[in-house]
Amino acid sequence: MLSGVKESGRDKIFLAFNYIYVFLAFLIVFYPLVYMVSASISDPKLVGSGEMWLWPRGITFDGYKRVFENANIWVGYGNTVVYTLVGTAINLAVTLPAAYALSRKDFVGRNLFMGLFMVTMFFGGGLVPTYLLVKKLHLVNTIWAIVLPSAASIWNIIVARTFFQSTLPSELQEAAQIDGCTNMRLFLRIVLPLSMPIIAVMALFYGVGNWNSYFSALIYLNDTSKYPLQLVLRQILVLQEMAAQGGGAIDSSSAEALNNKAEIAALVKYAVIIVATVPVIAIYPFLQRYFVQGVMIGSVKG
Amino acid sequence: MQDTKTVTVSGSAVASDRTMKRSRLTRTWKGIFQNWELYIFIAPALIYFLLFCYGPMYGIQIAFKTFIPTKGITGSPWVGFDHFDRFFHSYYFWDLLWNTLSISLYSLAVGFPIPIILALAFNEVRNGFFKKLAQTVTYAPHFISMVVMVGMIITFLSPSTGIVIHIIEGLGFTAPDFLTDPRWFKTMYVLSDVWQSAGWGTIIYLAALSAVDPGLHEAAIIDGASRFQRVRHINIPTLVPTMTILIILSMGSLLGVGFEKILLLQNPLNMTSSDVISTFVYRSGLVSAQYSFSTAIGLFNSVINAVLLIVVNQVVRRVSENSLW
Repeated sequence: MLSGVKESGRDKIFLAFNYIYVFLAFLIVFYPLVYMVSASISDPKLVGSGEMWLWPRGITFDGYKRVFENANIWVGYGNTVVYTLVGTAINLAVTLPAAYALSRKDFVGRNLFMGLFMVTMFFGGGLVPTYLLVKKLHLVNTIWAIVLPSAASIWNIIVARTFFQSTLPSELQEAAQIDGCTNMRLFLRIVLPLSMPIIAVMALFYGVGNWNSYFSALIYLNDTSKYPLQLVLRQILVLQEMAAQGGGAIDSSSAEALNNKAEIAALVKYAVIIVATVPVIAIYPFLQRYFVQGVMIGSVKG
Repeated sequence: MQDTKTVTVSGSAVASDRTMKRSRLTRTWKGIFQNWELYIFIAPALIYFLLFCYGPMYGIQIAFKTFIPTKGITGSPWVGFDHFDRFFHSYYFWDLLWNTLSISLYSLAVGFPIPIILALAFNEVRNGFFKKLAQTVTYAPHFISMVVMVGMIITFLSPSTGIVIHIIEGLGFTAPDFLTDPRWFKTMYVLSDVWQSAGWGTIIYLAALSAVDPGLHEAAIIDGASRFQRVRHINIPTLVPTMTILIILSMGSLLGVGFEKILLLQNPLNMTSSDVISTFVYRSGLVSAQYSFSTAIGLFNSVINAVLLIVVNQVVRRVSENSLW
């Protein structure tokens, strides 16, 4: 829109500062990401001393080797994949039909239902009553304690409802009903195929949330064999329980070996961060469009 | 069928009024009947919200009782406001409240303007590879899980080996011990939060900016307005409604600060400035099993949140046209 206009001197200065500002923001976010990748394949001595600060030095894949040899991480990965798939399937099965029903103007009671759901955005039972409920339902230490208490999010229901309202013309539904099409058929055969973008958005929002969540697993799961990846990561990264593991061949009596252990633990940390984050970060740029779309639909009726 | 019956009976004004009411009622029933499948559509969500969101609200009563597991929620004896009393008079009450409020307000003061400035800046960058790259990269940390984020903070700031420590020392300063020094906890929390979420936070503002009428900018250019003036007088006013809504929403969660992150960042050494109401609820409730006491604190927290939200929304509605409801 401004292509025909020549920039004046003060505008050039403004633009220059603007580009510098955006570039700095880019750099501040980008640098730690690059550093993580480099550190995960560099000699831990050089990383710890600060000699490795951008590009990998003294390349070693020991960190990854140890990560892949660690059974806990694999078990956690497997559990997370299962929890994410089952959880996201439930999320979609609850969210999409409800959002469609709420988008229909001829749905008697839609405001009542909407109000009932919205209250939960601002007031809830709190941590302990929720925990007692899950316990009472005998869900503790099962996958259901992870997927059921977060089966739907009111925010996502609102986003999906807004999408249905703004993209599906009411004539479509009227025409289908005149032809004797039931609501079920209408939803499965016409509405869902026309709503692929919102299905993608919802699957991604819920999927990332499920992949990254740790707190419900922390409070509801007791068996380490059921831990999702995030809890295994918590042990390694936050509670630092990795140092003693995986270094069986090292003679722990000498000081050098102890030092070595700490370095290997640091190396493993970087590798494990990369391994855990790659699935999400790798698919994200291709799906960015959908994510952004989801936020924008939500903002229409924020 | 019903209609013909009522029409024959009607005659006076009262009766016709009744007829209208009844026919509206039949229309409602007809609507419900015709769209009965929509109730099946909403049933799973309804069951979910009733069971997992309203269900725990029933359990709130243990805040006024002493919960005895064998007697259950209903059977436990009432104690009135004893738990609240104990909490308000405890030596840690003011510390918890101060930590919670100061972390919230600190992150609001720093974390709220930055996405706005960044969005305004993105908007001035010409569409192309650089803009796309900058946006993709700044959005990315949003997808890093909290556990990994805290893992990164811990490795980057760990004394003598962390890269941030090396950078600070490289610049000639002595690096403080960020992870264990209580004075640095809040800054560490807020700045890492900005790193992770500022980029993603721009999306909602960019959406609002894309709706600006290009005619406004063209008219301003003809009138000789500089870029800065156009940002100041066209773009920023466009964002005000979005800002208002986001401010109201953040007021509603003032006492609900990033609990999952603080819990992971806490350690015995920084506890004096990192313990907030929600982490205290977690510790006293689920770790030391003081169910009733912890529920009372949680209830205090959510009531304050709800009240703040309603009050701020009312105030904003009085002074401007933008409000949540």
